[in-house]
Amino acid sequence: MGHRTIIPFGPQHPVLPEPIHIDLVVEDEKVVEAVPSIGFIHRGLERLVEKKDFVEFVYIAERICGICSFIHGQTYCQGVEEIMKIEVPTRAKYLRTIWGELSRIHSHLLWAGLMADGFGFESLFMHSWRVREQVLDIIEATTGGRVIFGSCKVGGARRDISPEQMTWMLKQLEVVEKEMRLIVDVFMNDDSVKHRLCGVGVISKADAISLGAVGPTLRGSGVADDMRLLKYAAFGELDFAPISRTDGDSYSRCAVRCDELFQSLDIIRQAAAKMPTGEIAVKVTGNPSGEFFSRVEQPRGEVVYYIKGNGTKNLTRFRARTPTFANVPALVKMLAGCELADVPVLVLTIDPCISCTER
Amino acid sequence: MAFFQMKKMILAWTFRKPVTTSYPFEPRKICPGSRGRLDVKISDCIFCTLCDKRCPTQALDVDKANKKWRIDRLRCISCGYCVEVCPKKCLTLTGDHGIPTVTKEMETF
Ligand code: SF4
Ligand code: SF4
Repeated sequence: MGHRTIIPFGPQHPVLPEPIHIDLVVEDEKVVEAVPSIGFIHRGLERLVEKKDFVEFVYIAERICGICSFIHGQTYCQGVEEIMKIEVPTRAKYLRTIWGELSRIHSHLLWAGLMADGFGFESLFMHSWRVREQVLDIIEATTGGRVIFGSCKVGGARRDISPEQMTWMLKQLEVVEKEMRLIVDVFMNDDSVKHRLCGVGVISKADAISLGAVGPTLRGSGVADDMRLLKYAAFGELDFAPISRTDGDSYSRCAVRCDELFQSLDIIRQAAAKMPTGEIAVKVTGNPSGEFFSRVEQPRGEVVYYIKGNGTKNLTRFRARTPTFANVPALVKMLAGCELADVPVLVLTIDPCISCTER
Repeated sequence: MAFFQMKKMILAWTFRKPVTTSYPFEPRKICPGSRGRLDVKISDCIFCTLCDKRCPTQALDVDKANKKWRIDRLRCISCGYCVEVCPKKCLTLTGDHGIPTVTKEMETF
């Protein structure tokens, strides 16, 4: 047995501007064990929920994460609506679907940039973010916010997308699609990129299931599981099948995300074509009484909200299990046995969002 | 060997203008419909304090007795909830984000 050293990774690390700490036990250049610790930015939402009105809490739910913000709001609203038996107008469901998929595209492009930066491909990083900026412009024009959409509320949506805006959006998305094809081509076909990704950090199908991985991490290992199959929002009426790859390595996880970019575009187009006219919100009266587990697919995987109300305007219990939290065990498994130089890339392949994880 | 797959993109961008702007010399393009700075048309306000009660960040302070409407710009998150609840529709979120605030004072109307 060689000499063992512990190398700390994070909470401040150049590849990941978010605070996760991993103790890497290395033997020469090989990582033999990884011990993660989280909890640097715990925000105590469980307590906050007891003080805020349940209608107001959607603003806080949206701010759990700065990237999947809209989907957090949506998950929360869907949960409360389910408890209160509110039937959301169909148009609002379609709007939620469109914004949810836009947020998936911008999140995956953000990840693409970070990933490129992680393996040292600066120009790819900048171009990914340049394209992402165009998606953010669409989001700003349709919802009013670039990152915090603020357009979802209990009972429907706060804003509507006018027909002119919709036409403009679809035209913009065509430009975005062309640009994304160029970027994805580099990710999928460039040899220097493949060299860093192929066969690195393999998670077998059985491991992915038993470790409870979610999202692209799970789908990259050959399990075609996606919460959108639960047919929330408008997914029941749209043509959708989860994307999966079977190799379980970093390249597979990248490929899943790259394919999802175009799948999301397709979903937006379908939703725009099928969107009915009508109301976008219903009036909410009364207070939630009961409990519900709300599950929605975020860019990083499945998010679970537990919401419980007792008939007053404040909820009594609220808990969020975010996808990164579920993916940490898979990450630890990947890290054991990898090269030290691959650690940043592996951490990035689960697309970690630590601020989400800590809630 | 698919090596240097990005050459086409890089070549094309060598001859284009940068997409970034030279802010603050060139002001940011305002996007219509963006949620920016909160504006109040104080002549229409009836000081009902509804906005004050609903604001999730307690950025507003409405004094009914003295007819004062005050906002802490640093607390406001431009969520638009007050705009929604105002019975007189005298609140609006403008597209621009205003000038940076340097003091922690409340702005009084
Ligand atoms: S809700 Fe409107 S009318 Fe009432 S105090 Fe606020 S700004 Fe004035
Ligand atoms: S926009 Fe939101 S945060 Fe700002 S004053 Fe109105 S309610 Fe408060």
